[in-house]
Amino acid sequence: MNQPSSPEPIEIRIRPNTRWFHFDWEGLKAYSDLLWILVHRDFTAKYKQTILGPLWFFLNPLIMTFVFVVVFSRVMGASTDGLPDKLFYLCGMLGWTYFSAVLGSTSNSLGGNAHLFSKVYFPRLIPPIAVTISCLLALAIQLVTFGAFYLHHHLTVEPAQVATPSWLWLAYPAIVLHMAFFGLGVGLVLSALTAKYRDVQHVQPVLINLWMYASPVIYPLSKIPEQFRWIVELNPLTAIVEATRLIFLGTGTVSTSSYLVSLGISALVFFIGLFAYQRAARTFVDTV
Amino acid sequence: MSKPIIEVSGVSKKYRLGQIGMTTLRDDLQRLGRRLRGHKDAVAHARDFWALNDVNFQVQPGEVIGVVGRNGAGKSTLLKILSRITEPTTGEIVLRGRLASLLEVGTGFHRELSGRDNIYLNGAILGMNKFEISRKFDEIVDFAEIGQFIDTPVKRYSSGMYVKLAFAIAAHLEPEILIVDEVLAVGDAAFQRKCINKMQSISTEQGRTILFVSHAVATIRRLCQRCLYLEKGRSLGIMTTDEAIERYSTTGISTELDIDVSTRKRDWGTDGSEARILRVTTRTAPRFKQPLEVEFLVQAARPLEKLMLGFTFNMPDGQRILTLDSDGDGQTFSLPQGRSLIRLRLPNLPLHPTRYNVSAAIGAGKHFHDIIDNFALWEVQTSSTDFESDRSFGGARITPEIVIQPAAAPS
Repeated sequence: MNQPSSPEPIEIRIRPNTRWFHFDWEGLKAYSDLLWILVHRDFTAKYKQTILGPLWFFLNPLIMTFVFVVVFSRVMGASTDGLPDKLFYLCGMLGWTYFSAVLGSTSNSLGGNAHLFSKVYFPRLIPPIAVTISCLLALAIQLVTFGAFYLHHHLTVEPAQVATPSWLWLAYPAIVLHMAFFGLGVGLVLSALTAKYRDVQHVQPVLINLWMYASPVIYPLSKIPEQFRWIVELNPLTAIVEATRLIFLGTGTVSTSSYLVSLGISALVFFIGLFAYQRAARTFVDTV
Repeated sequence: MSKPIIEVSGVSKKYRLGQIGMTTLRDDLQRLGRRLRGHKDAVAHARDFWALNDVNFQVQPGEVIGVVGRNGAGKSTLLKILSRITEPTTGEIVLRGRLASLLEVGTGFHRELSGRDNIYLNGAILGMNKFEISRKFDEIVDFAEIGQFIDTPVKRYSSGMYVKLAFAIAAHLEPEILIVDEVLAVGDAAFQRKCINKMQSISTEQGRTILFVSHAVATIRRLCQRCLYLEKGRSLGIMTTDEAIERYSTTGISTELDIDVSTRKRDWGTDGSEARILRVTTRTAPRFKQPLEVEFLVQAARPLEKLMLGFTFNMPDGQRILTLDSDGDGQTFSLPQGRSLIRLRLPNLPLHPTRYNVSAAIGAGKHFHDIIDNFALWEVQTSSTDFESDRSFGGARITPEIVIQPAAAPS
């Protein structure tokens, strides 16, 4: 093969970029193979590095659930909205863990990839998007765990205290997509900030911790007094977690309007993250 | 003539000195506080540094252009802007083709993954798609000479295998423009030759455009027809390789005959802590076919034995043309602690009249205490006894003995 592999004339212009709103969709498409290879790498590297491999993805939610059940439900007697406590926590985490995993692993996308970004060009959004996709593996395993407990409940408790499977379950992928965009959005905002201010990277673990308690993962929204609920609902995760419980267990405090608010705030954060990240990425390597 | 494949117009790049590394939020808040209280911001704009200053040039398709310049001339910055790693402060670049840059080999290699997986990963990072990599896969494995280790994790590779695989992937990229930054300094000599041949075939047979940065003057001469010369962030334009190398080997080097080298950077990993050459002097300019006498002021940290002193003349393209090692006949010398003056004498300098880079070294056996490469440019002059140097150029000339005897006539 002696001809250049692309027959159509390409013209790339490099100039100082002062535009804020710019999205290189073509560039992203040209590197879509890289995206999938990175996702594949994440899967295999995670699998090869640990002794227990993907078993950790099973253990993590189980251990968390165990702690919540013992500490909050049994010892403190916290409300679980009339639902069985194990299923309440496991289901709540279906609307939280994936978000926090995406946020945690994309929040240093510039600093963490400096060794790549200073040596070769490819769309800077590829690594965070790849991580967002590869976090789905843990979510899938988490779903299986939840499914097992859900099935066990239906088989052993008569009558069942939770809803039976319904068409509503099909709405869950939309919620996952919502979590993906919002988690990525917050991650990109933090990446852009970390690129400028190193201190921000210490904020991220604290942020995730506090955020979980600010979201109705271990308590139901119905326990929050009516007049304060709107504050909690400004947190997009509130509608996400409650909607997840409504879908799988049949109990959840969420309305169309509260979900739309959540969607709107998420979209806003996502776009801020997208553009702030791209802007920071353009000259990021000059400062490392 | 077709349109240039690379068009660089008015490109400048500003760095702010003292702002290397990320700032902390506290710094910025303090600065903001000062500004709010009406103080002038003392830090900003204080030390702007222009790594590139209004650089303009054009490259035609299929050209192999060397980028030449001393350290800090802006070569790396230019390559980073061309490869879109960072953006220019002003100016514009038009690239009419896909560009791949090799500023390092093995970027993005993952140690846990096999050679096979890494070929796909690294290939994709460098801009190939899956189909292209699959098509080239066998060629890459062949070129890298790793054979049956292809499914072994690269963390078990020797460092030689690692760089060979990395270069093999890079060498099989098919962009219209390839940017290469001194990555040829990998592997053994045979592999380096293979790499240079590969680069030559990429440019001559496949008609691709290559921008090549290196300090290895001989390699630049082999690969490049023309060179872009950078000096302190400014472009001196594209010139012939000969012209660029001439300029490169004469600027920034002393042509003095009495040179203080005590604070010069040492070469080849030596530090001169045991024995250090402080000063190199010759009283008369070196002359063809005349005696050469050079003095070395040397500082020894402790008494040293079995020493040798080396002094060499090198052509501007880096090729060594005359080596004067004092232990050529197995004779070594000792130095007491402190300073000594070593005098080196050659009864008859055989070098043609032209300019040479000179280097000096002091060591014991195969261990070198101190090496200073190309610390000066000395011009060998013609002399009253020179009857022959105008017959040819370069190299050394020694008058041999000849014996003439009658030969039998052809039968």
